[in-house]
Amino acid sequence: MENNALLALEDGLLFYGTSIGVAGEAVGEVVFNTAITGYQEILTDPSYYRQIVTLTHPHIGNTGTNFADEEANKVYISGLIIRDLSLTTSNWRADENLGDYLVRHNIVAIADIDTRQLTRHLRKHGVMRAGIVAGADIDAAQAIKAAKSFAGLVGMDLAKAVSTATPYPWTDGTCDLGGGIKNKHDKKTWRVIAYDFGVKRNILRILVDLGCEVRVVPAQTPASEILAEKPDGVFLSNGPGDPVSCDYAIDAIKEIIHAGLPVFGICLGYQLLALALGAKTIKMKFGHHGANHPVQSLLDKQVLISSQNHGFAVDEKTLPNCLTATHRSLFDGSLQGVQHKDKPVFGFQGHPEASPGPHDLQSLFKHFIALMRAHKT
Amino acid sequence: MPKRTDIKNILVIGAGPIIIGQACEFDYSGAQACKALREEGFRVILVNSNPATIMTDPEMATATYIEPLHWQTIARIIEQERPDALLPTMGGQTALNCALDLDREGVLEKFDVEMIGASKKAIDKAENRQRFRRAMAKIGLNMPRSEVVHNLEEASAAIATIGFPAIVRSSFTLGGTGSGIAYNRDEYMDICERGIAASPTHELLVEQSVLGWKEYEMEVVRDSKDNCIIICSIENLDPMGVHTGDSITVAPAQTLTDKEYQIMRNASIKVLREIGVDTGGSNVQFAVNPENGELIIIEMNPRVSRSSALASKATGFPIARIAAKLAVGYTLDELANEITGDIIPASFEPSLDYIVTKIPRFTFEKFTQADDRLTTQMKSVGEVMAMGRTFQESLQKAIRGMETGVTGLNEIVDATEDNLLETIERECRVPRAARLWYVADALRHGLSVDEVFNICRIDPWFLVQINDLVAEENTLKQAGPVALTKTRLRQLKRKGFADARLAELTGTSEVAIRQARINHNVRPVFKRVDSCAAEFESATAYLYSTYDAECEAAPSTRQKIMVLGGGPNRIGQGIEFDYCCVQAAFAMREAGYETIMVNCNPETVSTDYDISDRLYFEPLTLENVLDIIHIEKPQGVIVQYGGQTPLKLARDLEQAGVSIIGTSPDSIDLAEDRERFQKILAEIGLKQPPNRTARDVEQAVRGAAEIGYPLVVRPSYVLGGRAMEIIYNEADLRRYMDIAVHVSSALPVLLDRFLNSAIEVDVDAIADGKDVCIAGIMEHIEQAGVHSGDSACSLPPHSLSDEVQDKITHQVGALARALNVVGLMNTQFAIQNDDIYVLEVNPRASRTIPFVSKATGISIAKIAVNCMVGNSLVAQGMTHIPIPNYYCVKESVFPFIKFPGVDPLLGPEMKSTGEVMGVGKTFGAAFAKAQLAAGETFSRSGRAFISVRDTDKEKAVIVARELFALGYELCATHGTCEALTQAGIECEPVNKVREGQPHIVDMLKNDTIALIVNTTEDKKTVADSYSIRRTALQHKVFYTTTIAAAMATIAALKQRDSVVGVNSLQNLHKGMFT
Repeated sequence: MENNALLALEDGLLFYGTSIGVAGEAVGEVVFNTAITGYQEILTDPSYYRQIVTLTHPHIGNTGTNFADEEANKVYISGLIIRDLSLTTSNWRADENLGDYLVRHNIVAIADIDTRQLTRHLRKHGVMRAGIVAGADIDAAQAIKAAKSFAGLVGMDLAKAVSTATPYPWTDGTCDLGGGIKNKHDKKTWRVIAYDFGVKRNILRILVDLGCEVRVVPAQTPASEILAEKPDGVFLSNGPGDPVSCDYAIDAIKEIIHAGLPVFGICLGYQLLALALGAKTIKMKFGHHGANHPVQSLLDKQVLISSQNHGFAVDEKTLPNCLTATHRSLFDGSLQGVQHKDKPVFGFQGHPEASPGPHDLQSLFKHFIALMRAHKT
Repeated sequence: MPKRTDIKNILVIGAGPIIIGQACEFDYSGAQACKALREEGFRVILVNSNPATIMTDPEMATATYIEPLHWQTIARIIEQERPDALLPTMGGQTALNCALDLDREGVLEKFDVEMIGASKKAIDKAENRQRFRRAMAKIGLNMPRSEVVHNLEEASAAIATIGFPAIVRSSFTLGGTGSGIAYNRDEYMDICERGIAASPTHELLVEQSVLGWKEYEMEVVRDSKDNCIIICSIENLDPMGVHTGDSITVAPAQTLTDKEYQIMRNASIKVLREIGVDTGGSNVQFAVNPENGELIIIEMNPRVSRSSALASKATGFPIARIAAKLAVGYTLDELANEITGDIIPASFEPSLDYIVTKIPRFTFEKFTQADDRLTTQMKSVGEVMAMGRTFQESLQKAIRGMETGVTGLNEIVDATEDNLLETIERECRVPRAARLWYVADALRHGLSVDEVFNICRIDPWFLVQINDLVAEENTLKQAGPVALTKTRLRQLKRKGFADARLAELTGTSEVAIRQARINHNVRPVFKRVDSCAAEFESATAYLYSTYDAECEAAPSTRQKIMVLGGGPNRIGQGIEFDYCCVQAAFAMREAGYETIMVNCNPETVSTDYDISDRLYFEPLTLENVLDIIHIEKPQGVIVQYGGQTPLKLARDLEQAGVSIIGTSPDSIDLAEDRERFQKILAEIGLKQPPNRTARDVEQAVRGAAEIGYPLVVRPSYVLGGRAMEIIYNEADLRRYMDIAVHVSSALPVLLDRFLNSAIEVDVDAIADGKDVCIAGIMEHIEQAGVHSGDSACSLPPHSLSDEVQDKITHQVGALARALNVVGLMNTQFAIQNDDIYVLEVNPRASRTIPFVSKATGISIAKIAVNCMVGNSLVAQGMTHIPIPNYYCVKESVFPFIKFPGVDPLLGPEMKSTGEVMGVGKTFGAAFAKAQLAAGETFSRSGRAFISVRDTDKEKAVIVARELFALGYELCATHGTCEALTQAGIECEPVNKVREGQPHIVDMLKNDTIALIVNTTEDKKTVADSYSIRRTALQHKVFYTTTIAAAMATIAALKQRDSVVGVNSLQNLHKGMFT
């Protein structure tokens, strides 16, 4: 342990540890994630933009990193905090070890700190701003100052920042471990436009698997452009930041819903969908970040284990009459899914695409296909 | 769906005696199930033949039957109690098999009993190899290439397509009995022959070897609404080829990416759905090809298991408890995750922020002829679990919890050995109990991680960490103690190095390391096991130590009593001591104390987090115990209930200023120290067999000449008769002193004159420092010379006169007072011609405490622990414990069938793994019940074979006459035959093996012998008759190796019809024997 890195929280709590990424400074909102597997997917999930993530499982890096497990084209987290960086990489799919990967992606990261203490602190006091400094001369005052310099996430429109600049088609299917990523160019039945607010690749891959011809568009694409293309359905992706700030998206979604197109929203996309229909969102104390969250389907009472990653939530008390609650978290009772009473529109707060996490909710994608099928006929 | 209201009475079947492959994890699951069902208002009827369990405590069920786990007996219980439902998933393979028998025999249908928790169809689909394979094919999961065979011809044909090495698995057996790995045709045919005999359906599966693949287990729970959750993933450090019970395992899985993990998760859930496990916990095992991730399924168990106990302890999620509630209609979302104080439901998947390592514990030293290679047949007798924030820390904590004399990755090879590298390579390649240490030595002696991987196939993720520990050790060895600065010390402690190991490596003492740690304030913190990685606050004090920043122990300021548990199960120290520790915790909680449990055995009830107010899952070493005491500062520590494990610490704890309550460590020592103890005996006028203490060979030979042969010899301070032998002559004595033991002046060898044909008696008593109360006098069936833990015994005594019993009572009182005993005391006597000799006294909990408690209906352990905190026997109203008006016989159960090549002869070294109890109105009836419970069946007619040593010839005549009267034909070896014929008994002579064929073993193999009485004396007769005992064992022919046991058997045979009645403990204790 070299004590060449320091994590400082805005309330002054300090953690000295070892730098396992590049030297420098990182700031962001610090959150904890309790998933045991899937660190690479977490690192590359655009929803974590401007967030520093601490992983509660102590050994990270065991399986290295590989091309197929990327959820985006780069690392999106601002900084990484772990207890212990694996001494070695052991997995037949590994291309690179985690340390090298972090350096290659220019990430500031700290290890050898009591991540459980940090997690308990966040649970008690809520998420907070934090700074990591790593390098030869680290200074506590500077680190705290860095933490406080971060503007926070409330009111921040980050979807714009992580979204694609130009539209593009997506053709990859899900990863077949033995054969790598399936590149499916066979005939597609459903033309889907996916709004990229920070989309995870596995969402697009599952849509392709289910026979969708997917076109990914920038966050600020106006509804008129979408409607002009006459797609079979519109998908609203996950993404970072405060949903209320994405007024352009909310406006576009209103129009799309009005036009009667099938719409499916995940995470931020679900929040935007709810906002478009008149509901309100709130900032949560420490959010949901993990792969073990039980969600109950209110239709058949089935319990499904879901992957979760959100710091904002739709306030169920503000749901408009046109929306029905479909899922609820069994951890804290919070709203997890809605569907429109009259229109082919629904959304889910958690991550049915998993990656990382259980696949229990993948049937939601099939529901989207069913809505498109019904809409077409 | 809420609780079912259409069922009121539920029958729970336990797992029976502790055997290899089925140990006290089923007491843990069964006890949880009983508790869970009773709190829901069900009437619970429990049957289990094992009296040493917590689950058979009369408070645990409404009606408790300590009766044989045999369908006919259970049918009687069903007839008497009329349960609405039967829960068969809590008692391991034994309970499942019983339930299938009851169903097949029409009992369930006749009495309208519904099987809950698992259906017959599901059990059958999971257990029947062919159906399971078809089911897996249906859901698209691969299995190894295989064929089912029923006889040697089919086996011979099958191997042509499977190829070597081949795995042979026997159907419907537990712990892999009758299974093995064959590398060549001879081995293959041998394993097949044994396997076909062991399988109740005479069915074997021969399959493609996936040796060296990575092995994983998933613990899955499913409810009636098809909600499925994974409680825990487990990765085996030992790759495929070693039974998971014998493997070092780690939780959660460490070398899977999320993509691979989710494939395994999905597959596990699919398996449960396809097999049809509607409610409850199951275990699904996988193998993964490390080269390409290919996944195959190995097997699944549609019930709670050893792994589910481990997973429960590893995560804080009580699988058995939840499974019991699911079986009566609840769904997961309706149940709470109690460890978090009910704030979240049970329908979630635990997340771990620590690493759990389990290491099995073996006892090959007791079965020297056994093949100690680890295969697919389980051979370990216990296990240790440890938690740490890193794998290295949890591994090293688990290692020191094993109590096998190692403090870490100690060097195991002799560095000066000629074939050093060959030895290392062989031991890394062929897995045995110590492979981990050979792996460390391989790395220590220059093999690279890659080289070691190619030899042993242990995943490099583990090897690299072991290599790092070895490298740290090397650095430390060179640097010496001066290198242990605060920073360095802290760094090493974070990697899990024990103080004792650091001391060895730097050439200083453990005390010095501890002092250095204290000076530098390098102390562990305690973190909570909360099932949710700190996402929710935990109300439960389930703690483990680690070297990290924040301590969550939050000790209270209440009056507290700490109980030190027994550590890993081993032969000689098992569930009985866990029973005592749990009783102590119950009693102290009732008395108003906060209770603290320290133990590291994941199978036990004591490590259930709600048994005590606070649970520290920690190795029972001085270092770890003192660290806990530093935080908790208990008013008293109990060391007398956990067997040798805590006793070994007593002196050092006392020296460190810890308050040991009850009998003082000095008194305990007094009883162990031969010379000091003799003085006491002389003072109070009690007799001992003539004896000597020897510190070297010559002293032993001289001493032996003075007291005369035969002798019982043993090292001092051992449990379970380790290395204890009967010696008939000087040559054997010299051999013993040279080879069998390492004598030293600190640990001398004790020589006792062996009392021929004496009756041995065990007495448990409670003392409060003033009064002494006899809890039970037990007369052994086997004569002195057979270890008390292996001998059957009867309470009350079946042949001792009242006069002798009065004398014994008097002597026990005198001993307890002389030794200032406060708490429990066990005394062993030998009675020879009405002379009473004191064999040994142990002022602590004994193996027989649970048996005595079940027999008398009084919790002996609770009363004694109350004495220890100052409540006198008088104040407790317990100056006299009534003697039952029925007989209880305890019989031992042995693991010989698992160890081919081992002689099943009883002697002074303990070899049994478990016990059963039989109750009867007469001694004979109780003995018969106990034999039935132990799985022994007497053929009621046919040919009895008798072969006895000369000194037993006279008594053999009595035995023969009785057997003849019972209708047996007799045959005997020539010498015995002559003696019988002279006495006028009709008898046919039979050749001994060395006298040429046809001989007795031929007859056994042809199944023409119904019963064997065979006593032996010296090494030669033992060797001569070995094949008789071994063949009898394999062919399930009842045999006794002592005249006393033969007489007891005859008593039982005479009572053959009175064994059908069944009695609940609750009725027995009210004096209602039916």
